[in-house]
Amino acid sequence: MTSDTRTLISGTDLNRRRNKVIYYTLLTVLMITFIVVFFFPFYWMVTGAVKHPAELVRPTPTFIPESWHWDTYKLAWEQLNIAHFFLNTLYYAIGGWFVQLLVDVTAAYALSKLRPVGGKLILGGMLASLMLPAAALLVPAYLTVTDVPIFGWNLLNSPWALWLPGAANAFNIYVLKRFFDQIPNDLLDSASMDGAGRVRVLWHIVLPLSRPVLAVVSIFAVIGMWKDFLWPLLVLQDPEVQTLSVALSRLSGTNQVPLTEMLAGLVIASIPMIVVFMVFQRSILGGLQAGSLKG
Amino acid sequence: MAVMTSERPKVRPPYSGGASPASRRDKLRRKLGDNALGYLFMAAGIACFALFSWYPLVRGVILSFQQVNFVTDPIWVGFDNFKAIFDDPLFYTAWWNTLKFTVLALILGYLVPFAIAVVLNEIRHFKGFFRIAVYLPVMLPPIVVVLLWKFFYDPGNGLFNTVLSALHLPTSDWTQSPKMSMISLVLVSTWANMGGATIMYLAALQNIPGELYEAAELEGASIWQRLRHITIPQMRFIMLVLLLLQIVATMQVFIEPYQLTGTTNPDTITVMVLIYRYAFTVNNDFGLAAAMSVLLFIVLGVFSAVYLRVTRDKD
Repeated sequence: MTSDTRTLISGTDLNRRRNKVIYYTLLTVLMITFIVVFFFPFYWMVTGAVKHPAELVRPTPTFIPESWHWDTYKLAWEQLNIAHFFLNTLYYAIGGWFVQLLVDVTAAYALSKLRPVGGKLILGGMLASLMLPAAALLVPAYLTVTDVPIFGWNLLNSPWALWLPGAANAFNIYVLKRFFDQIPNDLLDSASMDGAGRVRVLWHIVLPLSRPVLAVVSIFAVIGMWKDFLWPLLVLQDPEVQTLSVALSRLSGTNQVPLTEMLAGLVIASIPMIVVFMVFQRSILGGLQAGSLKG
Repeated sequence: MAVMTSERPKVRPPYSGGASPASRRDKLRRKLGDNALGYLFMAAGIACFALFSWYPLVRGVILSFQQVNFVTDPIWVGFDNFKAIFDDPLFYTAWWNTLKFTVLALILGYLVPFAIAVVLNEIRHFKGFFRIAVYLPVMLPPIVVVLLWKFFYDPGNGLFNTVLSALHLPTSDWTQSPKMSMISLVLVSTWANMGGATIMYLAALQNIPGELYEAAELEGASIWQRLRHITIPQMRFIMLVLLLLQIVATMQVFIEPYQLTGTTNPDTITVMVLIYRYAFTVNNDFGLAAAMSVLLFIVLGVFSAVYLRVTRDKD
């Protein structure tokens, strides 16, 4: 019953018998509420997919499936072609992560350590984009992607339509630059004395030191790519190249997909994110907390 | 440039300057080298921002004064696009609905996470469990959340009506009822998003110095007084930040109405849905959509500016 930090209610207060009863009652109620509110929907989704289609649409839902049809997941994966959209999304997420890191790390390193003339102005311009709500740029950004100025590319239905706008991520650059700023210049100087060039200093000293911040940036990049909906909906219209989210939305509108397979598709779309959360929960929750304290 | 020279083991000029008595020429050469390499490194970033952030901003404003069809040259139409959207009765419906959604989402999604965080901060057991549980929905792709809740909301055999009728409570048509549709959207959105705010509040609560509570307790302050006079004032900054962020985020609501109630339903059409309709469904009128975006941008820009101001002052 010890707690490291003192909170609203003191430990000694809580240890009084009457308060102990209240505390444990509250704890139990909270546990049950949280399980029902946050975990039950998952249980329902996973088991719903296993039910017989007729059981799923019965007016009184069953809480435990009467018959277990695990092959629904296989059907969704193969017949609904969830596999194809899953791999599309995976490819977009990994590619997007790589492009974001490449573009944003180099830019942040230049802004933090090379400090070229006019760097402050450019950083300001990038940070100003944080003020732009994504919604306001939607239409002109879409038109830009259909005909990129100077280059004349049409990026519609190409992964670059996700990757290049994704790399224009001011938040990443800001976080990375702040981290690089904290690496003492003396350390980099001594490496230079040994004859290492700026690029080698970045690769062999700055990046290894920056592992924690790179991890956080990477995780949020992948999560962001996997969850994105509106932008891929607009720029990836060809069903062949759609992301899983967009494909699920389209399939749900056709009314021709068995509901159990639909649910299986939802489960499959969630699994990578749940795995990422389970593996990296410390970094994810920690990153959020750090963000909230620094503002 | 540095790649080529780094092969030779040669003493390089320092980053910080101070230590070695570098001659003027060396210093100049280093500066030039750093500048060239710096711009080389920033080139991709600058290009991405220029093409997909700075240029679209300008293009959006220009577009709102144009009529485009992508076959002939765009025509300048002055304020015609703005006049046209002001004449569209859906314009007012969309703003009113967006306002309604934002206010309802704030009442639920702003206060509930705060209350949960304050309670969870007093809980001494299973701390990890509670944090993971509340954040789990945030991890899900929004389309999964929305389509899953579509099952729950089904008026015929959905989970909600089943539970409500089992408890002898009135059932509802949820997304299909004009009265409940907006609230249904707010409920989904809150379930999906409140984890982030809760985690941030928890972090801020843990940062409140414990001595404050001890001192107040010695003075005989009750739990409510401590909450009122210590917790809330200490949390003022994070509460303001999250309030602004949440307003900006909720006013851009799209996927919930798009997927659950459709883009033509006047009960739930929002500003973003209307922009989507103007540009990508029947009208295909990018000028109208751009004019609407400019208005949304101005409204949200105010909140964003306040947010940036507030967080910068803190630094």
